[in-house]
Amino acid sequence: MAALTPISRKPLGFVLPVVAAAGGLLGLFVGTANGSGLAGILIGAALVAAMAAFFILVLKNEGLARWIAIGGIALLGLLFAGVPGLVLGAVFGLFFWWLTYWLYEGRYRARLLPYLTPMQVLWHYTFRIICGLIFFFLVAPLVPVVWLSFNAQDFFTFTPEMLRFDPEGYSLKHYRDFFTNDAWQRSFKNSLIIAPIATVISVTLGTLAAIGLSQSHVPGRRAIMAILISPMIVPLIISATGMFFFYSDIGNFLENQLGLDKSFVGYVKVILAHAVLGIPFVIITVTATLVGFDHSLTRAAANMGAGPVTTFFRVQMPLILPGVISGGLFAFITSFDEVVVVLFVGSAQQKTLPWQMFTGLREQISPTILAVATILVAISIVLLTVVELLRRRSERLRGMSPG
Amino acid sequence: MSDATAPDGSVLAADGTPLKRSLARSLRLQKTRALLLVAPLLIFVLVSFIIPIGAMLFRSVENSQVADTLPLTVAALQDWSPEAGTLPEEPVYAAFVTDMIAAVEAKEHTKLGTRLNYEQTGMSSLFRKSGRRIKRLDTESGAPLKDQLIAVDKKWGDVETWATIKTHSVRYTNGYFLNAIDMQRTPEGAAVQPEDKRILLKLFGRTLWMSLAITCSCILLGYPIAWLLANLPARKANLLLILVLLPFWTSLLVRTSAWKVLLQQQGVINDILVWLGMLSDDGRLIMINNQTGTIIAMTHILLPFMILPMYSVMQTIAPSYLRAAKSMGATNWTAFWRVYFPQSVPGIGAGSILVFILAIGYYITPEIVGGTKGVFISNRIAYHISSSLNWGLAAALGAILLAVVLILYWAYDKIVGIDNVKLG
Repeated sequence: MAALTPISRKPLGFVLPVVAAAGGLLGLFVGTANGSGLAGILIGAALVAAMAAFFILVLKNEGLARWIAIGGIALLGLLFAGVPGLVLGAVFGLFFWWLTYWLYEGRYRARLLPYLTPMQVLWHYTFRIICGLIFFFLVAPLVPVVWLSFNAQDFFTFTPEMLRFDPEGYSLKHYRDFFTNDAWQRSFKNSLIIAPIATVISVTLGTLAAIGLSQSHVPGRRAIMAILISPMIVPLIISATGMFFFYSDIGNFLENQLGLDKSFVGYVKVILAHAVLGIPFVIITVTATLVGFDHSLTRAAANMGAGPVTTFFRVQMPLILPGVISGGLFAFITSFDEVVVVLFVGSAQQKTLPWQMFTGLREQISPTILAVATILVAISIVLLTVVELLRRRSERLRGMSPG
Repeated sequence: MSDATAPDGSVLAADGTPLKRSLARSLRLQKTRALLLVAPLLIFVLVSFIIPIGAMLFRSVENSQVADTLPLTVAALQDWSPEAGTLPEEPVYAAFVTDMIAAVEAKEHTKLGTRLNYEQTGMSSLFRKSGRRIKRLDTESGAPLKDQLIAVDKKWGDVETWATIKTHSVRYTNGYFLNAIDMQRTPEGAAVQPEDKRILLKLFGRTLWMSLAITCSCILLGYPIAWLLANLPARKANLLLILVLLPFWTSLLVRTSAWKVLLQQQGVINDILVWLGMLSDDGRLIMINNQTGTIIAMTHILLPFMILPMYSVMQTIAPSYLRAAKSMGATNWTAFWRVYFPQSVPGIGAGSILVFILAIGYYITPEIVGGTKGVFISNRIAYHISSSLNWGLAAALGAILLAVVLILYWAYDKIVGIDNVKLG
């Protein structure tokens, strides 16, 4: 980053209109909610501009100004819209206080290059705001799900009690339902049976194949790669249809000719189908890790008398382990999150968690889905953290390995 | 004797064999070992994935049901042509009754009726009804079976019925593919379906259009984010990248249900707009169960697939190019448009193809938030597989969809290279 740009105080003729515009924007929303948008804009702009002028000209104490801004606007919010208004008001008060001093003290230029024109500065911040909105679009949809999962009512919408932050409006009953309801528990158990086994199969076969593919002379490498990646590319509905016919034949054979248990055969079918779907992810991540793998290490091991198996487990495996694990996590989440194939290949006995959610979303809408969704979000945060840590470790290892 | 040479001048390896042969052997050994490592997985994928899909696609042309169930009738119908407008002769009817008795015995006639019902409505009930009464026909006395059969159901006196049987008696048919593009197989060759039955081409068009719309909105939303990530210092970028990866790792159904919560008429977005007074209570927006819902939800779901490839391409663009352009007097816009943007096009291409491929085959999200107007061709395929049981048509639709996807896959391979796909 460039050296710190010297900052200077800006004239009131710049600060007040900008702050007033921000106040007007908020006023517009409050105004339309209470009948008149135009009055809202005017009052909001005047109020916020007056507050800023008061802070700058009279108060001259930034720390005290913060508490006045938060308290004052929160109080206004309380008058207009009760407890939710109080919370929003406090947030906006903090924002206006920050905005006023950010502009007045010229802090907005502190981290930018000194030679930027005002238009470039404006664009810089506009761009940041646009990006912020897109990030909001990416992450915000998950918030209401988590929030609503604590709903005391059987609704998919916010109740007035929830908005008032009334403890009456919140409960853990949907979580209780998830942990006590047989249908949910069975499907959760099914997911926990199917996903790990499918993952083990795809990781074992996938890692071996990735090691084979990474050797220097593999005939038909591109074609093999294309075939192995294809389960990721072929639309799921087509894979599911193909597997539906294939596995019903296989299933009939296993049940009738070998006399195997029907539910066992059902699990085998779903597990094999999911294993295929997870393979591309293992191949991709492990091949990516192997790109940075120094093959002279295996030669050195062989030179010192290690057999291929020892070399693999003692030298190669520890180095590519991060890639293998993150590939495995991808395979796991693919299976754990998969609906279409299990819908076609499995029978009611193999109903997995996503399947149960899918029927729930389509037919009887129960907020238990939201509780499950929250649990799944928590799981995905854990998985994401693990993958991120592994990636860092892998980068560190690669930085250390010679070559 | 490590660098010994043979009498003819060729280099020898340590064990005395010519070096060339020794190297070739070691290469062969290496190749075999590599192939042996790949083999288990390759066989597994081939057997349980590629071949099943091939077999499924084969169903789109396979059509032996008529010929298998009514072999004598099909043979007898050889000489008959529906163009003449006259009914087939007595031998055809006699052959049909014989076939039918055998079919009823094997309980095959209802399946045949269902099969022919895809082509002409009413066939299913016709075969069911005739199957019940076929044994009561008088085959001994030599009374014309033609009249007896027409007495069972008037439709047997209809040229149309026999024309349908004859048209679909071939063992390999293009009928399903014609159906898939809103045409039908008729005695005179391919013809366009009647107006009210033409829905599939429209559905293909809609699938393409909506996938394009989703891809475009992903580009619009993804580009600024990728740019920001690529130009921030690494630590901040990694932190922000988590915000991209979180939705990527979150279950598809969670995100779909989130959009259901947000978009429905009593949902969060409508509630907020009403609360702010921007909508009246009875003027709530309809954002779900239509195309809007599908496009919004799928843009959100597929956005990470656009951002990640774009980001990895933009990371490789040196910021000094932009500075150089500016120092030579380019405006911000010119510098971006003429210098930066062209270098980022591969990223856009990679992301777009990936998003488009994923979007075009989507099933779950359109099924939940798409209603009837926002569904894709995949939903139609699922319907034909699980509800109408017209597997041939489903296979034909799937084959067309797969062909589109494979062309795009090929393009992706050419542009990006399959091995360059990155995750996370």
